[in-house]
Amino acid sequence: MAVFKGKGVYGAVAVGKALIFKRQAAEVRRVSVQDTEQELERVNSAKELAVAQLTQIHEKALKEVGETNAEIFEIHIMMLDDEDYNDSIKSIIETQKVNAEYAVAVTSDNFAEMFANMDDAYMQARSADVKDISNRLIACLTSSGESASVQDEKMIVCADDLAPSETVSLDKDKVLAFVTAFGSSNSHTAILARNMNIPAVIGAGQEFLDALEDGCIVGVDGHTGEVFVSPDEETVKRLENKQAEDIKKKQLLLELKGKENITLDGTRINIFANIGGVGGIGAVLANDAGGIGLFRSEFLYLESEDYPTEEQQFQAYKKVLESMAGKKVIIRTLDIGADKQIDYFDLDKEDNPALGFRAIRICLTRPDIFRTQMRALYRASAFGELGIMFPMITSVSEVQKCLDMCEQVRNELSADGIRFNEKTELGIMIETPAAAVISDKLAPMVDFFSVGTNDLTQYTLACDRQNAKLEPFVDTHHEAILRLIEMSAENAHANNAWIGICGELAADLSLTETFLRMGIDELSVSPPFVLPLREKVRSLSLK
Amino acid sequence: MKEFSYTIKDAIGIHARPAGNLVKLIKGYSSTVTVEKEGKPPINATALMKLMGLGVKCGDTVKFTVEGDDEDAAVKGIEEFMNANL
Repeated sequence: MAVFKGKGVYGAVAVGKALIFKRQAAEVRRVSVQDTEQELERVNSAKELAVAQLTQIHEKALKEVGETNAEIFEIHIMMLDDEDYNDSIKSIIETQKVNAEYAVAVTSDNFAEMFANMDDAYMQARSADVKDISNRLIACLTSSGESASVQDEKMIVCADDLAPSETVSLDKDKVLAFVTAFGSSNSHTAILARNMNIPAVIGAGQEFLDALEDGCIVGVDGHTGEVFVSPDEETVKRLENKQAEDIKKKQLLLELKGKENITLDGTRINIFANIGGVGGIGAVLANDAGGIGLFRSEFLYLESEDYPTEEQQFQAYKKVLESMAGKKVIIRTLDIGADKQIDYFDLDKEDNPALGFRAIRICLTRPDIFRTQMRALYRASAFGELGIMFPMITSVSEVQKCLDMCEQVRNELSADGIRFNEKTELGIMIETPAAAVISDKLAPMVDFFSVGTNDLTQYTLACDRQNAKLEPFVDTHHEAILRLIEMSAENAHANNAWIGICGELAADLSLTETFLRMGIDELSVSPPFVLPLREKVRSLSLK
Repeated sequence: MKEFSYTIKDAIGIHARPAGNLVKLIKGYSSTVTVEKEGKPPINATALMKLMGLGVKCGDTVKFTVEGDDEDAAVKGIEEFMNANL
């Protein structure tokens, strides 16, 4: 047995057979052929099949990981169509009179080598793309074209790192757990694992990969971040017990459904859920969240080829409000930027997107886009309990401009005789240190604050969220962050506004008591965290 | 025939995504477009793998040569693309 330690991103346990995520093709044999025409024909049919598969994956990716991450599949399709690549396959078949598989494998090696020999780490990594498309092509040639990763039993996927593109192509129903040797807990694998409620450990190290053999048994403990290769009987037993405990806990949590979020000494708090699309509503209701504390409106823009119309947005917002049947739904206005690009927005490339032209800055610069969304939101307000919040606020004048837009839209709708809720709550995200520091000035202007702890952490500690190297420097419990939240809470309450937390920190059970003591009114978390948080609240006493 | 040069400002250069998008854009024109990186022979700008294989990095200057019926539109389109993405 060998033990490795990484970072657990979802607290659950699994034991199962390892599926080593391979980028190398299966062994290809060189076979002499007489009929080269037939081999060329086979390459063409395989290519058609491969393009069809990639087109499907691209569509799946568009839905699951967004347009920017999905784009790589379009490039894979173009690479398959590359003239030099195809000429090379053709000439090998014709001049050497060999089988198509061999010609593809040799071509793949040559092109991959070209990239691998470049003196640029990024381009070196492109050799993986060449191998990826070539392996797919070979798989299409040899079998009926089934993807190589399809297995009959549930397995533990082990990889050096999983690119979003690779993660998407895995069949989620067949994955027991993820373990990667590298990567950060911000990676897509991590985010995906969290949303799928499956155990995942990130960054188990190269030694972990070296110790693996295909089909060997792997134990994953997402609570501790431990990974066991070929665990002994005792360890398997211990993990199975832990797994049984998790299941028991889950059942216990189900019993918490319908119970109040109240501490032993009577302090109440709202526990809401965060979702990123209409598809998340099922999970919100299944986990008994009291409302939606953060509804990301970006999906409407990401799923669309062009700016979504007022009517399209109105229908989507109305559907969410109606599905939540009178429970509060806080919708955040458009939050995109250079890191979350949308083609038709035509945003300039930026060196520092986190500090760039994003979120409310785009809306205030392009009032046409802002107005369309605000009209749709206000029209939807007639169908439920809507709250609207504005992201990336740093100043009083920005809030004033948002409020002016709200007033303009309300006047327009009144003039047109369109129904809306006059009392729709308006709030702002507290996700910049600036907003927290001047929260005394901002609170009188709005009905609520919602603290976005992910950005607040990034901006307060000057640590780029996307940079895995900085992980050791990111102390999410840093006193500076907690003080900014406390300051915002005091200023909100002094001005009759309420305050919620919708970042990852809201789900951190070690801070629940701290937040309750600060008087935080609402915590909004991923749906699977709603009931554990309720259990925690019900176990606390503030006296 | 038209020629123009462009110096890459993007930190990681002509990597996979922009290369793919550039090829897509150029395929939309009927003109023949070649790209040349200093010290290397010019390549057809629609050859995606070769384009990626050029290893064009931040600070490198590439020369585009455009020839065909819609060469004016193509030059304009490519220049806009390079300015916005690279």
